[in-house]
This record gives sequence, C-alpha cells and structure tokens, in this order.
Amino acid sequence: MDKGTTARSPARLSAPAALTLLGSFVALGAVGAAMVGPYPIDLSQLLDALSGRAGSSPDPIIETVLFSVRLPRIAAALLVGAALAGAGTVYQGLFRNPLVSPDILGVSTGAGLGAATGIFLSLPVLAIQGLAFAAGLATVALVYLVATTVRGHEPTLVLVLSGVVLGALAGACISLLKILADPYDQLPAITFWLLGSLASVRVDDVLSAAPAVIIGLVPLVLLRWRMNLMSLGDEEAAALGIEPRRLRLLFIAAATLMTASVVAIAGVIGWVGLVMPHIARLLVGPNFHRLLPTAMLMGAGYLLLVDTLARTMTETETPLGILTAFVGAPVFLWLLASGRRGW
Amino acid sequence: MQLAAHNLAFGYHNHPVGSGVDLAVDTGDVLCLLGPNGSGKTTLFKTLLGLLPRQGGRIELDGQDLSRLSRATVARRLSYVPQAHDAVFPYAVRDMVMMGRSVHRGLFAGPTAQDRAFAEAALDELGIGALAGRDYKRLSGGQRQLVLIARALAQDTPLVVMDEPTASLDFGNQLLVLEQVELLAAKGLGVVLSTHNPDHAFRCASRVLLLKDGHMLASGTPHAALSEQALSTVYDVAVRVEQLPSGQRVCVAREA
Repeated sequence: MDKGTTARSPARLSAPAALTLLGSFVALGAVGAAMVGPYPIDLSQLLDALSGRAGSSPDPIIETVLFSVRLPRIAAALLVGAALAGAGTVYQGLFRNPLVSPDILGVSTGAGLGAATGIFLSLPVLAIQGLAFAAGLATVALVYLVATTVRGHEPTLVLVLSGVVLGALAGACISLLKILADPYDQLPAITFWLLGSLASVRVDDVLSAAPAVIIGLVPLVLLRWRMNLMSLGDEEAAALGIEPRRLRLLFIAAATLMTASVVAIAGVIGWVGLVMPHIARLLVGPNFHRLLPTAMLMGAGYLLLVDTLARTMTETETPLGILTAFVGAPVFLWLLASGRRGW
Repeated sequence: MQLAAHNLAFGYHNHPVGSGVDLAVDTGDVLCLLGPNGSGKTTLFKTLLGLLPRQGGRIELDGQDLSRLSRATVARRLSYVPQAHDAVFPYAVRDMVMMGRSVHRGLFAGPTAQDRAFAEAALDELGIGALAGRDYKRLSGGQRQLVLIARALAQDTPLVVMDEPTASLDFGNQLLVLEQVELLAAKGLGVVLSTHNPDHAFRCASRVLLLKDGHMLASGTPHAALSEQALSTVYDVAVRVEQLPSGQRVCVAREA
C-alpha cells in the first residue's frame, strides 16, 4: 500500500470539547447582548433583574427593556440561528453538496411570497407569519411533488432543479407584489421582511416557532447515524440497508419545518445555513451526530452576534440579511481560497 | 446462502441493457464477471443488489424472491463494494467503515463500542488498521478500495458484490485486492466481482461469466469458459491463453 501520503486528517476538536467551548461562548454572548443597547444595563443590574424579579425593587425601565425587548430578541436570535444552521447541515448532507443552503428547495422564497401577500393584503402580523409559514411548507411540498413526478433522472438533481425553478417563480410573484404594493407603507414592510429582522420579535413569536423547531429536530437527532449514510448517495445508502427515498422525504420535511417556522418570525436571513455547517465541519468533522449540535450552536452564536450588531451599530436597525451577507460572504470566500480539499 | 438469477433481464425503464442471464453464487464461491465496457456489468450488479428493479426473470437470495425482501434484510445478507470513489465529505476511515454496521442496529441507534471494534477488526484484517483515524478523502485510490472492502466486512454478510474492485488501481494494489478476494472466499464468503483483466479471473475465480452486449457468452470454470476463442469474441481482439511453468494461466494479445 502506498505510504507517506500526507493523508492525516486535520486536527479536530473532540466533540465534547467543541460543544462545551461553543456553549460557553454562546452563553457569554447572550449575557453580553443583554447588557448592550441604547439603554445599557450593567452586570449587577442584569443579575438583580434576573434573580430578584419577584424580590427587591428592580428598576422598572430595566425590567421592560430586558424582559419585553432584549431577552425575547436574544432568544429569537439563538433559535433562528440554530434552526437555520441545523437545516443547512441536513440539506448539505442530503444533497451531498456543500454549497447548498436551507432555502435550496424554495422554502425562503415561498415564505417570502406568503409574507408579501399578507403585507399586501394588510393582514395582521400573526396572519402574515402564518401565511409565510404555510407558503414556505407548501412551496417545498410542491417542489417535492414535481420532482417525484419527473422520473428517469438523478432524483437529487431533479429535486434541486425543481427547487430553483419554483423558487424563481415565487421570486417573480414577490416582485409583482412589490410593484403593486403601496410604495409608502407596504413596500418598505415587504422589503424589510425579505431582508430579515428580529426588531419586532416578541415572546409569543419565540414561543410559536420553538415547538415547530423542536418537532423538526426530533427525527434529525434520532436518525443521526442514518444521515451519514444518506450523504453517500442513494445507491450506497440502499446497499447499506436503508430506504433512501423514504428517509430523504422525512429529512426534507424536518429541515423544512425548522426553516419555515423561523423564517415566518424573522424573515429571510441568508448565509447562516450555508456557512455555519462548513465551519462546524472544519471543527468537528462531517459525522452528523457531532456536526449537527456544533453547527446549531454556531448558528445560534453567529446570529446573536449579528443581531446585536444590527441593533447597536447604528441609530436605525440594519436588516439582518445584509449583515449576515457582509460577514458570511468574506468568510465563505476565505474558506474557498484556503484551498481545503475536504469540506 | 445463495444468490441466484434465472433468465434475468436487466436495464432501465424503457432501456433494456441485457437479458437471459443465469448465475448462482454460493458462500465460498468467487464468481468473476468479464465483459467489455458497456457490456452491462454494472447494471447487472445493481440489479442483483436490488438497487435497480429487474426487467424480467427471477433473482433469489437464500431461496427468497429478492424484490420481496426489505432493504435491511438484503443488506444483512449481501454487501456491496462500489468502485473506489471520492466522498463528498471527509469522513474518518473508522466512521466510513462503521457505516457498514448500521443495518445491524435499530433505526434510531448510533454506533456502539462493539461496532467500533468490528470496524477496527475489519480494517486490521485488510492490513490498514493504521488508517482508522485518517480522512477518507485524502487516501489513495487503493487505500479507498480497501476501506470500502473493510466496510463490507463490517457489514458482516455471507455474500459480497464488488464492482470492478481493481479498476484504476496500480499493479501492486490490484494484486493486494485480489489477495483479499481470495481470503474472503477462504473465510467462506461468496464473492461476485467484475474485472477487466482475464488474469484476475484465472487467479481468483471459481466460476466466470462472460458478458457481451448484455448477454451471456460463456459461463463455467475459468479453465473451461475462458477459452482463447471466447475471450477473443468478447473483447473483439485476438488473444492467446498461455500456461506459465507454475501452472498459472495468463491472457495475452496474439501477435499479428
């Protein structure tokens, strides 16, 4: 056997070490994020407010800022980031393509169309979110339906192409709505929604999205080993004893549920689901049972950081989609340029 | 345990590739499939593995109709060694081999310590135990092929199907893989493999099957089936079969 090839696997952290480290970073980040903002709160005030909520006499302004604005927003950032990164990890494995993101099957554009329609019809916020969620799921269901009707091609390719086509169609519908929308009231709302934001997120939003994310997460955690097999391609996976068609449907449904539920409350936020799985893979390798929690923690931390920047950097809120792209694109280019052979 | 095909027609929907194939592999046998490019070897293998639906005839695994068995049942009896490929993700060799174990575990389970031991034993058996922690993507073609064979060993099936396990390997690695095929048969496994080199069939096969344009040209023991005439017909070139002083047979081109 030929020896001496420099085929050592790159230095990777052990999974518990990586998770502990990331977990502490994210926890520290959450504490930091709770302190900064237009109304700064120092650590002792924060601890007072958190511990003695019922006790002493906490500052009512701090109470309001913390419990109705900052903490829900921090929770939302963590949830949305984790869900997007988790879904991206699943899709990249499933489609055996590291350039795939959670919106590959049109979930984000579908949800965007739903939300734009809701805004156009001047529906209440809850209805807009519901419409976004339903339209996101419906788009992916339609993509899947189209792909299973078209036979005789590589199934993964057909699925991705159907996603691209139907996504483009939904994108065209969004553009049409933007033209028809009231330019002073509806158009900014649609544009802002399409760029993603946690500015108006409330406790209720977090509570409505969290169960869906958890439901989507259950099959991913349970079938973590089978996910590795799926990333070898259908034939090998089948020869190793699993039913790739059935499992793919389940994984797509789970990842789509996670994506659609967070897109519904936060709008379209790109890059998290594309870049975080990569960095996580660099840290702990591609084995799904280590990769999934790592990517989700990183996604949570990343979106928390970006959202904190979005609300503190300038007087007006910067849409998240812009910031994630500004940070994500250079990181991704660096990944490409660093010439790693393994993703 | 036997894998048998009777009057098998195979191919894709609306695109028949071959028909009329009869074969049987028992544990301990090495069936070697020879045929030129495009003769349908890979399609036949995929059909035998149940990865493609058969277009006619019957396939029986342990006396049962293959198409009625679940994927998991098939995978506990029959493992597949694909041609050494480039993985998309850089799995550690140990993880790659352990994937062969998943069919023996519940759907929601993860690999156990026993699976890990199984994988490492399989790697040791092939003499590549030292590669366990390495990145599969960074191995040479020969190393990858051995890792995929190790995965089939970890899958612990009585029968193994190998699609051109010596393709794209250098001379030394080809011999190494053939040696492993012989060892597997000696252990009592049944092996079906395809190759482009008749010498490989002379060396390790107990039975051979010559395939051309999807049809069986000859089958039987290497000695009987691999005649100069049959080989010349299969490959459309004049060949000679020579016997070396050691008794080993080799196939060479006939000089003009």
